Parts: sequence; structure tokens; C-alpha cells
Amino acid sequence: MDINYNADVIVVGAGPSGIAAAISVAKGAKKVVLIERSQYPGSKNMYGGAVYTSALRELLGQDIEKIKFERKITSHTYAFLNETGSFELTYQNNESNSAYTIKRFNLESQLIEIAKSYGVYYIPNTLVKSLVVENDRVIGIETELEKYYAPVTILADGVNSLLSQNLKLKQDYKPKDIILSAKETLKLDKQTIEKRFNLKDDLTQGVAKQYFGSDFKELKGYKNLFMMTFLYTFKDTIMLGVGANLDDLSKNKLNINEILDIIKTHPSIAPLIEGGERIEYSAHMIPEGGYKKMPKLYSNGVMVVGDAAGFINSVHFEGTNFALISGKIAGQCALEALANNNFSSNFLSLYRKKLEKSFILKDLYSYRNIIERLYSRSNSLNIYYPNKIKELFEIITGANCVSKSKQFREFFFKLFKDRNPIELFKDAIAFLRCALDVFFGK
Amino acid sequence: MNNKEKNKKSIQDKLSNLKYNANSEAHLKVDIKKCLKCTSKPCTFICPAGVYEYRDDINEILVQYENCLECGACKVVCPYNSIDWQYPKSGCGIILKNS
Repeated sequence: MDINYNADVIVVGAGPSGIAAAISVAKGAKKVVLIERSQYPGSKNMYGGAVYTSALRELLGQDIEKIKFERKITSHTYAFLNETGSFELTYQNNESNSAYTIKRFNLESQLIEIAKSYGVYYIPNTLVKSLVVENDRVIGIETELEKYYAPVTILADGVNSLLSQNLKLKQDYKPKDIILSAKETLKLDKQTIEKRFNLKDDLTQGVAKQYFGSDFKELKGYKNLFMMTFLYTFKDTIMLGVGANLDDLSKNKLNINEILDIIKTHPSIAPLIEGGERIEYSAHMIPEGGYKKMPKLYSNGVMVVGDAAGFINSVHFEGTNFALISGKIAGQCALEALANNNFSSNFLSLYRKKLEKSFILKDLYSYRNIIERLYSRSNSLNIYYPNKIKELFEIITGANCVSKSKQFREFFFKLFKDRNPIELFKDAIAFLRCALDVFFGK
Repeated sequence: MNNKEKNKKSIQDKLSNLKYNANSEAHLKVDIKKCLKCTSKPCTFICPAGVYEYRDDINEILVQYENCLECGACKVVCPYNSIDWQYPKSGCGIILKNS
């Protein structure tokens, strides 16, 4: 096959995984073209709000110091929302240096500048319409205007990855495998945020909050609604968003924005966002299918990275780190393929082998059943336990002049009376299995 | 105002200060023959930008593709695979700078 290659590697999509792949190839002194459909880097992207330093450092080394973040995250809260308030557990570590908030436009813009400094050839404003396939091998891409050829193409085209679907590496997701998320960016004074969340004024402190619970206000009555609310503090904005299972939304005829609006009025959340002026609204899908719904990760001349491959761990809100490291590994495999002048599917299976040795496929494997298990108990997580916790803490804190023994006894017996005791048993089994999955995982 | 009307207005409000680079051509198309067979029409209530509206008077699904947030949920949720979901043309569509 005589092809005039324009580059050694083409990367489609300039999110964290695509940029990481391109940087990793450029570091090996090979010519890499990074193509992005949007005009500005990161302007199609949204996430909860945190990027992880260990993955960035692994990719960039000292160059991580060049990135200007918004706030360091030093406080993580896990909470259950109920009708009148919430039960919240906060872990604070003021020395923590593991995560920062940053808007995606700013993250990707800065990463692109670093990538260019390594020699990455960045082409924005260019939609890749299709892949050029010859003799069952991907040899390049086709934009609206022209074709580019390279022996290796890396698909970093995000959760919707039309290219990997067209190549039959991946089937489209089912609603059950998707969390649809919507988010608002709310502008407030920097000082107001610091006062409200008890943060130092030098951006070295910030909070991330995750909430279970859906049994309040107009959401009452939806018995099967797997959803999670999140809140992150940025420099002078707060990101408040919610994700819900797409199948549940569909069956309950609910719109994600409807849920977000209800959450904004919750008594534990409303005061946190009070006075915030909405400057942006965004929505995005999160691929929850994990290990079981993973596409074929490589084929002749092509590899799939980041969200396009469904690399996330939603239990721990990890995504950007999976994106960065899978991109980096794919870039390294591209370099090895170039060195060996072998771009076959067989050779590129190296990519999967390397992922298996990294935390990416280890975690994906260990957590392969967990979302499904939590989902099957979503009524417990979002309704039953948030309410039980409320009842328990009413006894502990209520000072209602009734014998404590009597109240605790009643609470205990009600645990078995309120609901079929089998449900309690099912919860216990599901949570135990989650723990065992991870304990005996990879 | 019922919940659905309230939500429609809320979405309109939220879209009103978003920035888009107008796409001259529809990147979302529905196959109305399939849509008319679809009883639930989840696209009409799932879309976080309220892009799809069923008009029973003319038996059409109106697609306001200009408002699309490019999330892809409509395509995944459609039971009849009726939605031809493409990205907007190069450089077009939603521009997020604060997300």
C-alpha cells in the first residue's frame, strides 16, 4: 500500500484524552495532528468540576506548574438529602493536593498551549466526518474539506463517539447505561463563596459535595429514580448539577432540568447558591456501562481513548484522570507501532495489555458490577435510607422528652416493619457484594 | 402553569444567555414515519434543551436544532432509532466557556 501520509498519528478530539495522546506522541518526536471540531478548546465539554493532579503530573511532569487552576479541593462531602434538610459527612484535608476545580474551556485551552510547545500540530474548527478505511485498516480521516492520512488514528471523540460506532467498534449505548447530567454555573463574589463555605481567601481551599437522596418536594413519589447531585466551588462561581439515569428519566417522563430546578430549592442547597447569577447551563452524557459496555479498544490502525471508550469510575467521580492516562498510553502504543512499522490490530492489542496493567482496566474491572448493584438498590439509596437517617437523628438530637430506649426500640423494629425485611437483606447483600468486588478486584 | 410548562419556560430562560455559532444546516433530523409509530416520544420530554416538540395538529416533530446542547441523549433514548444525530458543522453549535 503506497499512501502519502500527512502525519504519523492523527488524534480526533481535543479533550483531555486526545490532548494527552497527542502530547505523548509528540514527546516521542513523531508528527501528530490533533483535530478538534469546535472553534475554542474545551468549548463543547462539561464535567462536574475537578481535575486530578496525579494524572496531569504523570502526563506533563514539571509543566503542570504552568496550569492555572481555580481552587484546590480540600473538602469532600457525602450527603443524603431528605425533605427538611440533609445528613452530611465531610472529609477535610487542608494539605490535600490531589484535585483542583477548573473550567473546561480554561483547562483545555492551557493544555493545548502546552501540547503545541511539544510540537503537536493543532487544527481547531474542523469536524471529522468519517474515517478513511482501506483493506479493513484505518488509514486516515476525512473532514468537510479534505482527507488526512496517518498510519495511526486515535479516537478521542467523546461519549457520543460516532466514529467508533461507524467503525463497528462500539454499539450505541442503551438508556440504562447512561447518566444524563445538567449543570448550572452560578456567579457569586469570590468573598461570598469563601465566607459561605468557610474557605481561606487564597484559593488554596475549596469544596466538592455529592448528594444522594430524591425524596423531597416535587420529586416525592418517583420510586425509581437513580440520581446524584453535585456541587463544586470555583474561584467566583459555583457549579451545581445533577445526573440521573436516562432510562429512569424516560420511564418517569422527567426532564433533567426539572430535577435541577427542584434541587435548587432544597433547604440544604438553596442557601449555598443564594444570589448566584446563572452564567451558563450545560448538559452532557456520562457513560456508566463501564467494563461490560466497553467498545473494542483497537483495530487495524486505530485506538479508542477517554469517554469514547467509556473510561470512567462514577462511584469516585473520576473521569479526567482516566481520560488523560488512557490517552497517554495510546500515544505510547502509537510510538511503538511506528517504531515497528506495524499497525495491525494484533500489534495494537498492546494498548489493551497496557491498560490492563494500569489502574484503568483494573478499576473498570473491579467496579464492573457496582453501578448495576447500586442502581438495583436506588430506592434504598435515594429514598429509604435518607429518610431512616433523618428518623434516627431526630431521636439523637430531638430532645423530645420521650424515653430514648423506647424511641430507639421503635426505630429498630420499624426498620423491619416499614418495608419487607427481604429488602433490608437485599441491601446488605448488594453492598457486601460491592465491597467484595473491590476487595477481590484487580 | 403545570410542571411541564414551567420546565419549558425554565429551559428557555437558561438557553437565552448561551452562546452558539449558528449552524446553517440541521444536524438533527427525525424520520417522521417512525416518530408517528412511537407512542411515548421520549425525545419531546428528555432533551435538556427542549429541542423536540410534537405538534399533533400537523403530525410533525418540530426540531429546534439551533438550541441543541450536543449531549446526545435524544439519540440514545429514541426507541425507534428515528433520530439522525450528527455534530453541527465545523466550528458551529454550542460554545461553553464556563462549564
